[in-house]
Amino acid sequence: MTPRPVDVEAVFRAEYGRAVAVLVRFLGDIDLAEEAVQDAFTTAVLRWPETGVPPSPAGWIITTARNRALDRLRREAKRDARHAEAALLRTPDAPAEEGPVRDDRLRLIFTCCHPALAPQAQVALTLRLLGGLSTPQIARAFLVPEPTMAQRLVRAKAKIRDARIPYRVPRDADLPDRLGGVLAVVYLIFNEGYGGTPELCAEAVRLGRLLAELMPDEPEVTGLLALMLLVDSRRSARLDEHGGLVPLPEQDRDRWDGELIAEGQSLVRRCLRRNRPGPYQIQAAIQAVHSDAPSADATDWGQIRQLYDQLIALAPSPVVALNRAVAVAETAGPGPALGLVDALDLDGYHVFHAVRAELLRRLGRDAEAVRAYEAAIARAGSAAERVHLERRRQELVRG
Amino acid sequence: MQYYLLSVITPTDGTPPGPEAMAEIVRNLDTFHAELREAGAWVFAGGLHGPETATVLRPEGGDVLITDGPYAEGKEYLGGICLIKAPDLDAALEWGRKATRATTLPIEVRPFMHQAEE
Repeated sequence: MTPRPVDVEAVFRAEYGRAVAVLVRFLGDIDLAEEAVQDAFTTAVLRWPETGVPPSPAGWIITTARNRALDRLRREAKRDARHAEAALLRTPDAPAEEGPVRDDRLRLIFTCCHPALAPQAQVALTLRLLGGLSTPQIARAFLVPEPTMAQRLVRAKAKIRDARIPYRVPRDADLPDRLGGVLAVVYLIFNEGYGGTPELCAEAVRLGRLLAELMPDEPEVTGLLALMLLVDSRRSARLDEHGGLVPLPEQDRDRWDGELIAEGQSLVRRCLRRNRPGPYQIQAAIQAVHSDAPSADATDWGQIRQLYDQLIALAPSPVVALNRAVAVAETAGPGPALGLVDALDLDGYHVFHAVRAELLRRLGRDAEAVRAYEAAIARAGSAAERVHLERRRQELVRG
Repeated sequence: MQYYLLSVITPTDGTPPGPEAMAEIVRNLDTFHAELREAGAWVFAGGLHGPETATVLRPEGGDVLITDGPYAEGKEYLGGICLIKAPDLDAALEWGRKATRATTLPIEVRPFMHQAEE
């Protein structure tokens, strides 16, 4: 028999989170679980080229990791006798079963996103334990020195252990709140990636898919996945050849990813049938309306404005009000929209100034528009946005 | 089971509640403590006199020096403590939530190093 081609890396990406989640349940200790799973993958790298990839790679990794952990605990029994005993008692015969394994990943994500942990730590832990990203990878993605990120992870894991943050899916009464926290972490990872780290976007989508698979009855989970897919579908159209941001109306829609759009829209339709709307679902529906339009001019702004009305009633915030004002500009003209924008207290947010600038330009108030573009440029977070805003400002200055 | 300390964070410059509000806080705390006992989570609880009643001892060479306290003047001080037993942080936070409502003050929850017997 010819061994199957060996792609340990692919198995690692796909199965690391699952393996760690199962091992945490066996061992009651995150560090021990991570070490055991890493040991198992190291063994796989050495062995699989000879033996071929086993029929169930995840099962092999989990069994090997469990045996490694038990060997280690037995060797160190004096120091960790209680853990070893607990692990032995709790170890079932078939660790790679589907059902409980799924629950384990869900448990782990609720532990990682526990509100008693700092938001940055929640994000880092989720990427580390469920995504299998290395500490240097996470540090790079968030532009944080590696020792800082390492320390953040160590502290978070120590708090989980010492304060006994539980390893379980919250009870129904707490679920809406706690799930909101988990979704916020996933969306934060996505947005961070959207600023310029595609691997984070991919990881957020992967987590979104996992959650949607594990919690099929939560429409907001489906909504978040749909939102991310629809936004991500425009990835290759949103930057020009100079690395400048291309705003949605000017994007080449042929470069949008039709498969992602189709999947996102079908998820939005599933949400609509459920009729339990929430902020992520409405934002996804707004993106679906954009995706539906064959050209920018064909956009159904009336529907987008209605969706923003619904969103602002459900989750009012100045940023939502700003986005709603953009829809008002398209349906009622730049004048009324500017009135709405000027009433918002968002001076520190570059998009606020960019929207104002655009409205002022359309009203022919060029000098004010130039000043607003300058304010936006001074506050813009990414180089892509600065390039785009600077170009807009130049167009006005040159007349 | 794990021991947790719930600390009541009292603002130094805050206006203390009036007699009626105070009476209600005391009533709510009594209810809270009764609930803790009934659930088997109770270890100890009590309010503390103000920081002006504190005395500080510190090592000084081989000796111990006594001074008028508190140890550090701050914007908040420890107004009272509640020591509980709980299976995990979620359970402890649930008690902390009740303590916050009863005292109308922030509560800090911290785990002890040693675990409690069942």
